[in-house]
Amino acid sequence: MTVYYENVSDIRPPVTSTGVIGWMRENLFNGVFNTILTFLCLALFVKIVPPLFRWVFIDSLWVSTSAECRNIQGACWSIITANYRFILFGFYPYELQWRPTIAVVLLVGLLLISRNRRFWKKPLLYAWIVGLFTMEILMQGGWGLRRVESDQWGGLPLTFLLAVFGLAAAYPLGVVLALGRRSKLAVIRVLSIVYIETVRGVPLVSLLFMSAVVFPLFLPEGVTINKILRAQAAIILFTAAYIAEVVRGGLQGIPKGQYEAAESLGLNYVQTMRLVVLPQALKIVIPPSVSVLISAFKDTSLVVIIALYDLLKTTQATLSNPNWMGFSSEAYFFLACIYFICCYTMARYSRRLEKELGAPQ
Amino acid sequence: MAFSARSDDQIREAQPVMIWIEDLHKWYGEFHVLKAIHLTIHKGERVVICGPSGSGKSTLIRCINRLERHQRGKIVVDGIELTDDIKNIEKIRAEVGMVFQHFNLFPHLTILENLTLGPIWVRKMPRREAEDMAMAFLEKVHIADQARKFPGQLSGGQQQRVAIARSLCMKPSVMLFDEPTSALDPEMVKEVLDVMIELAEEGMTMIVVSHEMGFARSVAHRVLFMDAGQILEANTPDDFFTNPQHERTKLFLSQILH
Repeated sequence: MTVYYENVSDIRPPVTSTGVIGWMRENLFNGVFNTILTFLCLALFVKIVPPLFRWVFIDSLWVSTSAECRNIQGACWSIITANYRFILFGFYPYELQWRPTIAVVLLVGLLLISRNRRFWKKPLLYAWIVGLFTMEILMQGGWGLRRVESDQWGGLPLTFLLAVFGLAAAYPLGVVLALGRRSKLAVIRVLSIVYIETVRGVPLVSLLFMSAVVFPLFLPEGVTINKILRAQAAIILFTAAYIAEVVRGGLQGIPKGQYEAAESLGLNYVQTMRLVVLPQALKIVIPPSVSVLISAFKDTSLVVIIALYDLLKTTQATLSNPNWMGFSSEAYFFLACIYFICCYTMARYSRRLEKELGAPQ
Repeated sequence: MAFSARSDDQIREAQPVMIWIEDLHKWYGEFHVLKAIHLTIHKGERVVICGPSGSGKSTLIRCINRLERHQRGKIVVDGIELTDDIKNIEKIRAEVGMVFQHFNLFPHLTILENLTLGPIWVRKMPRREAEDMAMAFLEKVHIADQARKFPGQLSGGQQQRVAIARSLCMKPSVMLFDEPTSALDPEMVKEVLDVMIELAEEGMTMIVVSHEMGFARSVAHRVLFMDAGQILEANTPDDFFTNPQHERTKLFLSQILH
């Protein structure tokens, strides 16, 4: 055998495989079929985008009366600008709407700060406690602020309330259920399985109905539990069952050797789970748990069926105003944007978290 | 079973009993994995267990820290009997160090955190103190410069040395090694065996499941041969290798000592 040596360090890759032309050839025009597809997509793009652009930006009205909107071809964004306060805050007293505004800003601010893992320390916990307390005072009144009953709450604050607390409570509950399902104790295991399978077997809508209609029947006379709280509980219980199954998948992905190593150091069950197993398992399941959380966030809009005025319901109520009937595309488009921003933020954050938590290999 | 009585054997047997196993039986379903095992190991004694795969040697040492539950018989470790009492089991596990074939380091923790986990959470040692001790043990296994790395960034031999240091951080009175070099690339076996030999020289009580016959010959006080769930032969390394008694042992030795 002959071995040839030459200096290979300064040979460059062929021009056609790099740069813009290389990329296009590789990805858009490699083969007849792909070339046809590329041109078809291009044609579709030309057909759809310019008219959409005209509808959204050129032929549209942004601030006008509803009557003016009837005479145009484009979008009538005036439905949003004229009604945004009702869409965002529902029946919350008009002159007091600065209060939910501050509450939402506070909540979003805290969420944004919490994204950064460097701040995951004691002060952040205190900030949350103070923040939540302030939000409650702002929404509900007291301490010199006028009282606003929770059946007047609506719109964005309500959606955020249901979503943030729903998800924050469902996640740990789901983890506990997942651990329960893998417990060595038969009673705990069976209870967890029964719970998870029962809840997964019914639609969220029926749980919400039960919380709104059936549950109060079991309460003694005169005792009422806030409707929002009941809906919140239904969302938590429902989401937890799904989280539990996702987390169980993660737990099964942890090799037996990890449990054995932890146990042979003398760590007890709780320590083994908290320090060794869960940190690894939960990291594996970040993508599917975020999927569950995103869909749970969107599912909060189902509370419309028990007549809670969340963002979707306030939008629908606006559309039922005779003045603004018929502009549903614009209203729903606006609504979709709000939901999209929230969900996309979650998705982005999950990717970042995954990267940050990944131990270098 | 008769052991050849040599003077250092007698000295050793004057030491307190570290592990006492009497009439140990274990079944996996219908399969009888361990059959009537009797074994006494004194403080400072080093035992190498060998035998064909499936002979129950790993199961035996995994019974000692209750990674496997035995169904009959008695195991006493350092004066504590292994029962179903979980507190007892945790106490014994903290006394018994275990090194696995596949290292089983915690991949989400740095090397230093792998070492300090047990001392901090089980021994309730202050973090600073635990870290100092961990660094000392990393020094000892010649790997202190890797303390801030993650297990995935280390070679197999380095990982196994970290695993040994992790066990040592618990200040165990016995160390169990479950085929510690079988998953390693050949050129890394020596660095791990060297660490084990250093440990032996310090008088650590060790039970090693291994086919490293050179190691057995130079370090072990006794070599046990297991087959089909029984200890067929137990002897000093010299006698074990030069004058095996049992046919099965002869066959086994002829197969591994080409």
